[in-house]
Amino acid sequence: MTEILDILISASFWAAVLRIASPLIFATMGELICERAGVLNLGIEGIMVIGAFAGWMTVYAGGGLWTGVAVAMLAGMAFGALHGLLTVPFGLSQHVVGLGITMLATSSAYYAYRLALPEVTNPPRIAPFQPLDIPGLSDLPWIGQALFSQTALTWAAFACVAVVTFVLFRTPLGLALRAAGENPHAVEAQGLSVGAIRMGAVIVGSGLMAVGGAFLTMSAFSSFFFEMVNGRGWICIALVVFGAWKPGKALLGALLFAGFDALQVRLQQTGMGQIVPYQVFLMIPYLLSILALVLMSRRAEVPAALMTPFNRGER
Amino acid sequence: MRLEPIPAPGPARTLGLPALAIAATVAVAALLAALAGANPLQTFGLIVKGAAGSRFAMLETLNRATPLIFTGLAVAVAFRAKLWNIGAEAQLYAGALVTVVIGTQLGLPGPLAIPLMALGAILAGALMLLGPVLLKTRLGVDEVVTTLLLNFIMALFISWLLEGPLKDPMGMGWPKSPALPRDARLPRIVEGLRLHWGFAMALICAAGVWLIQTRTTLGYEIRAVGQNPQAARFAGIPVGRVLVKTALLSGGLAALAGFSEVAGLKGNLTSDLSPGFGYTGIVVAMLALLHPLGVVVSALFVAGIFVGADSMSRAAEVPTYIADILLAAALLFMVLAILLTRFRLVRG
Repeated sequence: MTEILDILISASFWAAVLRIASPLIFATMGELICERAGVLNLGIEGIMVIGAFAGWMTVYAGGGLWTGVAVAMLAGMAFGALHGLLTVPFGLSQHVVGLGITMLATSSAYYAYRLALPEVTNPPRIAPFQPLDIPGLSDLPWIGQALFSQTALTWAAFACVAVVTFVLFRTPLGLALRAAGENPHAVEAQGLSVGAIRMGAVIVGSGLMAVGGAFLTMSAFSSFFFEMVNGRGWICIALVVFGAWKPGKALLGALLFAGFDALQVRLQQTGMGQIVPYQVFLMIPYLLSILALVLMSRRAEVPAALMTPFNRGER
Repeated sequence: MRLEPIPAPGPARTLGLPALAIAATVAVAALLAALAGANPLQTFGLIVKGAAGSRFAMLETLNRATPLIFTGLAVAVAFRAKLWNIGAEAQLYAGALVTVVIGTQLGLPGPLAIPLMALGAILAGALMLLGPVLLKTRLGVDEVVTTLLLNFIMALFISWLLEGPLKDPMGMGWPKSPALPRDARLPRIVEGLRLHWGFAMALICAAGVWLIQTRTTLGYEIRAVGQNPQAARFAGIPVGRVLVKTALLSGGLAALAGFSEVAGLKGNLTSDLSPGFGYTGIVVAMLALLHPLGVVVSALFVAGIFVGADSMSRAAEVPTYIADILLAAALLFMVLAILLTRFRLVRG
């Protein structure tokens, strides 16, 4: 118990929580936008992989860090456009298309990686985003290390939640987007195009997912590994449910989740790690995600038209 | 833009569009090969040769198709009821695990051990999917995410067992289970040919699933639930119970892939027993349009692509991931082509 307390009061733990949460926040916001508009995007896992690869590759090839983020976002948007095209106007099964996009994006990233670097055994490194030094705040004892030693991308993740919340709940665009996921016929009656709104949501959402992936290679680590996304996309889908499709609650979910993840890594180093096999610690994130889904199932506020294709003129 | 049904699609449409999907997939593959600096035609030639160019190549393809038939059937059965079982990978490992435990720990004679291993595997796979499906029917928890997450949990569980309680003491430190005794392995169909009875079992299962779907009440109920659960409930079909039965069938089939790989091919359990057979089963099932006999054909095709691409990438400078891209592209092109045989996109 005292070991857990020691971990919880250490500044490095809280710094790790914010770092682990960042990619989840981006991707969860992306998925949330898609689902609010009525499209389940199971391409998330693969789109994170392509984002992780595209961002890293851009920097490795000599581009700037922010150029890398932009390229990752564009790559994600391209796969999002494909997902949107197949599921929105064509109304194909969102499950099948999403899994297909995940396979396509993942294998494309792996193929391109092997083409670019045929012989490497040790993944090459790039110079990743560095922690921002905020004069005054970063020098504070404890707080400075815990909260103010993050990279610009982490700050961007939090800003992203604020922007998504504002757009979804304070602008006509957000109202139209939410309505497309709740009552598409009403949107159509207003003279707006459900198809265009959903396409836009899937493309923008996929761009955010890819930035979440890029965080892994450009801020958290500095190399691209196969299987590095490792189910984070699926966890984000659980986080959207856990957050009841609300950005603020989803952010809390991501932080809570990252807290458990940071805790399990540190517990492995303690006496508990001697007794309990490390695989049990590694299972915790996945078990927690399932638990979150079960806990939230009773009071789910699912967008009413989620997974329902809309075809104009049909009831 | 909206979809408009085509009243009476002609053969040019119903046959032409799927053919176009195949052509588009081939075009993608050609582009990928060209990107790698290889000659596309030569690359295709090497893939075909690697998949079916010799007796050895063909047997390799049949062996690779065996687990894919099982996982393809598992997915086809579940998707028919719109039960989104993405956890065939975990069910496969559950089956493999029980196979190894029964085969190595109980010390039974072979003729008794083999059927018990198969039954145990089926049970383990069925139970693996029972949890998510009960969460779905009782609490409304989406099974896509739970089955996906269980794949990761199962992989870690297997990894722990192989480094702990199930570790082979003679394994030179490698994380692998002890090997099944000789008489607890599936014999070869023809002596001297490297093809085991797991393949025959897979064919029998495909026929069995086809019979269930076309000749039994359960098959009818599964279809009804998949097409429209509300209407099925209204017609007096116990939707929850049908989903549970579907799950048991689907999980059991996926687990047989694990049984057949361990008892027929590998002889022991390692954490890389399956290079994603569970996920590839989704492609296999979709390319077969969820038809159980079609699953056999599509599993052979998919296995051929993988085996051929492996062999090709050893000869040419084209990464083997070309196979994965090819199959994902084929999946997306095909679902679109099938839709367009019945609908067209019109303005307005």
